[in-house]
Amino acid sequence: MVEFTINGKNVRAEKDETILNVARREGFDIPTLCYNDTLGSDGRCRLCMVEVRKGNRKRIVTSCLYPVESGVEVFTESPDVLLVRKTVLELLLARCPNSETIQYLAKEHGITKTRYMKDNDKGKCILCNLCVKTCEFNVGVAALCMSGKGPLKKVTTPYSEPSHDCIGCGACVAICPTGHIYMEDKDGVRTIWNKRFELARCPQCNRYHAPVEQLEFIATKSGTPMEQLLICPSCK
Amino acid sequence: MEVDTAAINTIIDKYGKDKSYLLAMFQDVQRQYRYLPKEAIQYICDRLHIPFSKGYEVATFYSSLSLTPRGKHIVHVCLGTACHLRGGPNILDSFERALNIKRGGTTENGLFTLESVNCLGACALAPLVRVDGHDYGKTTPGSVKKIIKEYGEPT
Repeated sequence: MVEFTINGKNVRAEKDETILNVARREGFDIPTLCYNDTLGSDGRCRLCMVEVRKGNRKRIVTSCLYPVESGVEVFTESPDVLLVRKTVLELLLARCPNSETIQYLAKEHGITKTRYMKDNDKGKCILCNLCVKTCEFNVGVAALCMSGKGPLKKVTTPYSEPSHDCIGCGACVAICPTGHIYMEDKDGVRTIWNKRFELARCPQCNRYHAPVEQLEFIATKSGTPMEQLLICPSCK
Repeated sequence: MEVDTAAINTIIDKYGKDKSYLLAMFQDVQRQYRYLPKEAIQYICDRLHIPFSKGYEVATFYSSLSLTPRGKHIVHVCLGTACHLRGGPNILDSFERALNIKRGGTTENGLFTLESVNCLGACALAPLVRVDGHDYGKTTPGSVKKIIKEYGEPT
């Protein structure tokens, strides 16, 4: 057991927990974009910065990665934290001026415009890596990756071509915190990552509900017969 | 493009089929083909049981790996601090004009690839040009044509 304080409140936590987890459990709000309970922390969005005081020293750290420590004082809303958080939001806003999520978060912190030069080629992607991780660890296909580095780094399928591995499940769309990844279902065809997927029709309600490739993938993985999977969740 | 699977198998086995040697395998393949063919990445990934996307990620991360065919001779123009101050950008310009390609490009006859580097560690020789590991120090825009001539016709 580790004991420390968050914003003056005494809290207790297990040894390997992160400050973010403990703070959220204790009811303190720390904004994040790249954190997900099932996929762990990467410290990519830099929004979860908090101040950690230990004796005479104070540091600004990413709370999603920082393990709890006995006797420290954590501040989630100190002037220094807010300053850093605002700067991070301005930088995110400069990268993705069109993302509603970032605009909203920025506005909550009193920021409506950015002093940095705006990008126009990054879409709404903040490189949080959630789509890449969910594709690999939650779905288990690893169709997505980061390509390049520095300012050219982006999320893509290999060679930006339709991927053999992608099953069109849309998990990346669902997990994307900023709404960067685009998917369209139209006339029984799903388009995502430049690939077209034929959608399966439920034999009972006759509605399209999932790509055939995804159902085939589930059938091979779980051993469930295809006929059973074709029935949509609402008819089951 | 067809890749020689026997040769790639030799490379993979040389590193004991260990996926932590992925980069070394890529470098060996690149030495053979002068670039990393997509089929080679796919083949290596399949044999090492790693996703193709991970191989692609590694291949795009390192600037020493190229996904497009490179020329027979690689011209590196240094643009490190010393070379930059002593006219490196002018040398690069001269090469671009003489070879009729942009930085990162390859001539149509497949003889030259032009690249810039950020320091070759021979700042006393600035501005420095390195062709296939051979250094040319204190280059001037006038000596660019002479260097190219040593290796063949620019176009």
